[in-house]
Amino acid sequence: MDVLNGLLHGFAVALQPTNLFWCFVGCFLGTVVGILPGLGPAATIALLLPLTFKMDPAGGIIMLAGIYYGAKYGGSTTSILLNIPGESSSVVTCIDGHAMAKNGRAGPALGIAAIASFVAGTFGILALTLLAPPVASFALQFSSPEYFALMCLGLALVVLLSGPSLIKGLMSLFLGLWLTSIGTDLFSAQARFVFGQSELLGGMDFVVVAIGVFAIAEVLASIDGGEKARMLPVPKGVRNLLPSWEELKACRFAFINGSVTGFIIGVLPGAGSAISSFIAYGIEKAFSKHPEKFGHGVPEGVAAPEGANNSDSGGALVPLLTLGIPGGGTTAIMLSALVLWGVRPGPLLMTESPDVFWGLVASMYIGNVVLLILNLPMVPVFAQILRMPVHVLFPVILGISLVGAYGVGGRLFDVGLLVGFGLLGYTMVKLKYPTAPLILGFVLGDAMERALRQSLTMSQGDLGILVRGWISATMLACAVLILLLPLLGRFNKARVQAIAEGG
Amino acid sequence: MTTEFRQRRGRGRVTKDILRNGDVLSAAALAALGVYVFAEAWSWPYYNEDGPGPGFFPVWYGVVMVVLSLALIAMTIAKLPRAETPDWQGISRALITWAAFAISAALMGWLGFLVSFALLTFFMITYVFRQPAVTAGVAAVIAAAAFYLVFPFALSVPLPTGVFGF
Repeated sequence: MDVLNGLLHGFAVALQPTNLFWCFVGCFLGTVVGILPGLGPAATIALLLPLTFKMDPAGGIIMLAGIYYGAKYGGSTTSILLNIPGESSSVVTCIDGHAMAKNGRAGPALGIAAIASFVAGTFGILALTLLAPPVASFALQFSSPEYFALMCLGLALVVLLSGPSLIKGLMSLFLGLWLTSIGTDLFSAQARFVFGQSELLGGMDFVVVAIGVFAIAEVLASIDGGEKARMLPVPKGVRNLLPSWEELKACRFAFINGSVTGFIIGVLPGAGSAISSFIAYGIEKAFSKHPEKFGHGVPEGVAAPEGANNSDSGGALVPLLTLGIPGGGTTAIMLSALVLWGVRPGPLLMTESPDVFWGLVASMYIGNVVLLILNLPMVPVFAQILRMPVHVLFPVILGISLVGAYGVGGRLFDVGLLVGFGLLGYTMVKLKYPTAPLILGFVLGDAMERALRQSLTMSQGDLGILVRGWISATMLACAVLILLLPLLGRFNKARVQAIAEGG
Repeated sequence: MTTEFRQRRGRGRVTKDILRNGDVLSAAALAALGVYVFAEAWSWPYYNEDGPGPGFFPVWYGVVMVVLSLALIAMTIAKLPRAETPDWQGISRALITWAAFAISAALMGWLGFLVSFALLTFFMITYVFRQPAVTAGVAAVIAAAAFYLVFPFALSVPLPTGVFGF
């Protein structure tokens, strides 16, 4: 199936009334989640995952993806009006977005954010449409050593970019690897690390780990922080949200910059939209004729990061869908969702499950239009969500977490695990251990061990098999280089600064 | 950390700072976990006639965990920062919430989801967020009723039931 036929097939799937409905639900929930500080898309998708078990895979992934990219649209609203990022990808938008709002240009700032998100988001999906088929056909050459090397490369990048301390990133990753090996070894039927608990023989469910580490930890960290801010008023009427012609003209380069930078960074595992928006902002400022105005409310300072974090979504889906390698916490949960529905992401996804792959891609074009409508004329309505008291919101999130954990297998044992993982996640946040490597280690650990053991079985124990093929050798060499890069003082300084400013 | 700084603070104070440092404590816990992983995995077949056994992978990451933890401890001690006073008020608020959440989860088997969740909501609103008991009571009842309507009633998602039958 070529790209055009695939896309037409995708639109036939995405335009089915039920899938259109799920697309709208995903975009709506994503916008709400993006606006609400303290609840991110990863936590929301993890919370909703148990409810999607009985859904059709195409409809389910369309909805979850809608939450993923919708949150990035919504995140800008809180950044601009409250100077608090609704989502980590909107941290940079606070700088000029809130400054514009304080200068009485809140409407145009929201408008530019929505337009940049739409333009760059559409670019990201277009690039995904064109790039995914060749990447998938290249990945068909991969066997166990290449997959092991690919996972090492992906995890090395995640560790490099997840936090300032490389050691803490690696520790988090190894903790994830350990957690995923709890249960029965599928090769030998050996029970591993089960502490005599028969409930652990089947391993721990990903949903329980993800809800604990993301949702519970976010609630506890927000209660710990306890900060409050004053919301600036939202201008009423679409006309007051539209930027002037001069402002749009000033954003021309920012739209292109955000689109291209966001997509490229999105493809890299681990980088995430917070870093892509930071880099796009840095490029914009570096090439600007008036860099001194940045930070005081320039429209380009809103358009570039908002464009980048939306184009990033398309980029992040390339490795997820074509290689089965998620690049961050949210895409890791989406991978688990696909596996739960019996769909296997990877090079064969396009041929084995065209409804899922092309249906998702086509739904993203539709979702972008839905989000533009939700985030331009509807933004005053959504901004009211910020008035929801946290003393009601947080118990509700905890309640949904309990229902989600219990819903996995109908066991109170999972609820107990959830409580433990909530404390683990909060402790990690407090001690500045990044949580994304833990989740990725948990998701990929099993496949990684399997690929390594299969490779060594094929070579009768000869480790040389991992570097004999040029693809695996190159990827492993890159992974080693990536982990050695922080030893270079200047590079590490730039890396730490990018992570710190990117949130 | 400079020698001058160490001398200024005194040996006893430095030891106290090391033992109170979150990075040192967490790394020590992770080192202990690494030793446990290694020791457990070592008792399983490392390699058999079919290839690597169940102990192969964990033995290696257990070793790496210990090495990394010790490296983190050494690096933290080498540049021990001035002890920052943690925001104990914020931390205790979060930990009290977590404890209430844990108790609510433990009570779910006996009281059922709806009652234990309503109690959790009431406690959080009154104790953690310092809102009037009437507000908390109304919110707890409405929230529990909403959960019942959404999950068991509308979505047919079962919730744990207790001695009251719901």
